[in-house]
Amino acid sequence: MKMPENLPLRSAYLAHAAVALALVLFASMARADDLTIEITRGSDSATPIGVVPFQGSDSLSGDVARIVQDDLARSGYFDPLARDAMFARPHSADDVAFGDWRSLDVRYLLVGRREQNADGNAIRYDLLDVSGGRPILQESITVGSDHLRGAAHRISDAVFEAITDIRGAFSTRIAYVTAQGVGDNIDYGLYVADADGHNSQSVLTSNEPILSPAWSPDGKKLAYVSFENERPSIYVQQVSSGERIRLTDFDGINGAPAWSPDGRRMAMSLSRDGQPEIYLMNLADREIQRLTHNASIDTEPSWAPDGRSLVFTSDRSGGPQLYRYSLDSGQAERLTFTGQYNARGRIGPYSEQVFMVHRSKQGYQVARQDLESGRLVVLSDSTQDESPSIAPNGTMLLFATQQGGKGVLSAVSVDGRASFRLPAASGDVREPAWSPFPSSGR
Amino acid sequence: MSLPNRFSSIAASSIAGRQRTPLKPLARFFVLALAVAVTAGCSSTGGTQGGESYGDATGSNGTRGNGASTSGTGSGGQYGTDGAGRSDVGQQADSRIPEVRTIYFAFDRDTIKDEYESVVMAHARYLRTNDDAHVVLKGHTDERGTREYNLALGERRANAVKRFLRVQGVSSSRMSVVSYGEERPAVRGNDDQARGRNRRVQFSY
Repeated sequence: MKMPENLPLRSAYLAHAAVALALVLFASMARADDLTIEITRGSDSATPIGVVPFQGSDSLSGDVARIVQDDLARSGYFDPLARDAMFARPHSADDVAFGDWRSLDVRYLLVGRREQNADGNAIRYDLLDVSGGRPILQESITVGSDHLRGAAHRISDAVFEAITDIRGAFSTRIAYVTAQGVGDNIDYGLYVADADGHNSQSVLTSNEPILSPAWSPDGKKLAYVSFENERPSIYVQQVSSGERIRLTDFDGINGAPAWSPDGRRMAMSLSRDGQPEIYLMNLADREIQRLTHNASIDTEPSWAPDGRSLVFTSDRSGGPQLYRYSLDSGQAERLTFTGQYNARGRIGPYSEQVFMVHRSKQGYQVARQDLESGRLVVLSDSTQDESPSIAPNGTMLLFATQQGGKGVLSAVSVDGRASFRLPAASGDVREPAWSPFPSSGR
Repeated sequence: MSLPNRFSSIAASSIAGRQRTPLKPLARFFVLALAVAVTAGCSSTGGTQGGESYGDATGSNGTRGNGASTSGTGSGGQYGTDGAGRSDVGQQADSRIPEVRTIYFAFDRDTIKDEYESVVMAHARYLRTNDDAHVVLKGHTDERGTREYNLALGERRANAVKRFLRVQGVSSSRMSVVSYGEERPAVRGNDDQARGRNRRVQFSY
């Protein structure tokens, strides 16, 4: 069956929506209410590194080394040396007295300086192996005047990969939903920000609920559910231009959009046939195909990285549990058996693990289950955790939790050893969605 | 979960007052209809409801004043105090949108509690009497659990009310269902009382 190209809008809804909805399509300025980082737990196995303040970075109107240092600390893989513990502040490999840094138990050292190249401002940096006394990475990157933070994150990516062999995810972005107010007076917002919470930009604001943001695999579009017509519809919006379409307007729930890894299909949950079922929509012609058939709730689909199966939540056994639907066989098999409540599964980028919301004796927590062994490990330690979203390099998990009665974003390393929080100045923040790697650059 | 009666005093007095009058033919019909609903497996555990359970039923939606003004009935409070004991109260009520427009649910359940059946029946009566009325049943959950799953649970609650109304003779075309899941909490807070106030279906006209 097909969706009509011009979706009929209920006139009453439209009139109401016109008044009720304040659509802010990508206000491009950075907001004062960026999320801030609070590191809550460092990993005891983190590698000590010295990130020396870069020479001339004041003239770049920002402390590049500080941004890099914060990135590395947040990852849980690194334990940066405090600046006031540094004996010296060298800016190039030639100036480094390796013996001094060895005595500080620093394994790696990052030094850098501003320079001019043909394109204008640039930063040259050297990553040094302290014990070997030799450089392992020496590069120069061009900095646009307004992209200092972006340049810093690219340095972090390079340093992270050179040492860990894992691609860095510091240049990625996050989407999240905000809410302020109660009852009939709640302002909802959908934002995107850098992975460290800076440079937040509004994608959509509304006084009707917004939920379930999902990135397209190329990182250029967001699908989300908006109630702006007083019922849920799935929208797809170009992040840079704000241009968008309403993808679905079926009766009942239009929810839980999830792009296929090739970006050509969207899995979703629709209740048009009575109760929520998993559907696939072919995005080119909007043809839909129903995958699940039973009288229970089937929702929260999520793709395996190879695009051949989907994990989803179903209460067909009585309470919510995760199932895996194979597109090859058309069969669903149950994945989770630990506890009475396992929902909103997300398969990690290496397909070995599924991350979910698990109800333990303590409450609702983020957990990981090894797909091979079936073993489930709780990763978070509060009682109202939800919406786990995995960094594209598989190292960190971002999720929503409560702190002081407020919704905040929190992150934990996939091994559970390091964690940090991203509180907002006001209101609730929730439903983080970690973007894929930027499509340009590789 | 038990709701505090202070939320309900005004609306409760009017409905309870009506309920205490002897059963009229119309009322007898509703008792019969309830029996039908029960045998139809309509999430009801049956049982008759007296003035007591009616009183508990209200819980109101925390927007007594709003409810009255949006329905255009003037002052709900006056109606409540003056209405008790009048013989024509039941008839009047059928031409007005019932004042109690929210019912509450137990955790993880979509069963309409006995104490709220009378509320749903009052809406059935109103909808049958007023041909052009249309109700949106808005289902909600508390904040626990995942958001999309809660959307589904909220829809289940609203659909349970819709089924009940249909058995009461209200055409499906007069009702629509929207689930907000946990997205529109009535109150903030994550204690049992706040959660109980958030697990609800609202009748919106």
